[in-house]
Amino acid sequence: MLPMLAEAAAAAPVVHAIPLQWFLIVSVTLFAVGSAGVLARRNALTVLMSVEIMLNAVNLAFLAFAREWGNMHGHVVTFFVIAVAAAEAAIGLALILGIFRHKKSVNLDEMNALKN
Amino acid sequence: MGFVQIIFWLLAVGTIVTSALVVLPPGGRNPLYGALLLIVSFFFISGLYVLLFAHTMAILQILVYAGAIMVLFTFVIMLLNLSKKELGDETKTLAKGLGIVAVVAIGTKLIVMLQGQTLNLTAKPIPEGFGGVDAIADLLFHNYLVPFELTGLLLLVAVIGSVVLAKRTL
Repeated sequence: MLPMLAEAAAAAPVVHAIPLQWFLIVSVTLFAVGSAGVLARRNALTVLMSVEIMLNAVNLAFLAFAREWGNMHGHVVTFFVIAVAAAEAAIGLALILGIFRHKKSVNLDEMNALKN
Repeated sequence: MGFVQIIFWLLAVGTIVTSALVVLPPGGRNPLYGALLLIVSFFFISGLYVLLFAHTMAILQILVYAGAIMVLFTFVIMLLNLSKKELGDETKTLAKGLGIVAVVAIGTKLIVMLQGQTLNLTAKPIPEGFGGVDAIADLLFHNYLVPFELTGLLLLVAVIGSVVLAKRTL
């Protein structure tokens, strides 16, 4: 940890203009929107975008707690989440392209080759 | 209500409305509208990051998410150029309805819980240089060096994997 961060951890608590709860409420709402999209939509592209919304909700919560504790480790986790999201989007879209070429559809209900 | 709070609520409402429209009909029916709305939503979220003193992450959000990931999305959506038939019909099953009801219930419950209590956290002051490139680089290359290198490996695997998956013949 940086020396300046350690110094800050020992100092007195402060009150922020925007409380932690407000950010967490936005984060929870975004996560609910994303998971509703994953559950309800059967278009593979929309489902992938809903996953991105959920990842962003988690990033927002990490950064909100990072500010609350004056501690930068949450920022590093957010950095890794963004890297993983990039990898996931590349692989997911390549899979969708491959499946579309094969089945001429991106509807998840029709992707049941492994069923039964 | 102060100026900062008004900015916060504008950004928060903007984020939630644009994200909801990605899932609800305008975006849900046509993935291209969804992708464009999602880009707008990422800009709103990066505004929220700035309010959290996470300046570097706000820039990375726009560069990587809006700049790279969403360009890939819109590229693939336009490449596929899906018709109504290829998109397929949205089925309405009981399990799907129950799932949405459960998500809404859990989300409402969490929000009520967050409003009801103070979380017993004592906020620490923001140190000098918080959220800047210096502090993030210091953590990345000291405390998180191995995960950082593994991220590079992960991206290499992703590149090779997407080429293998998307190429017709190797």
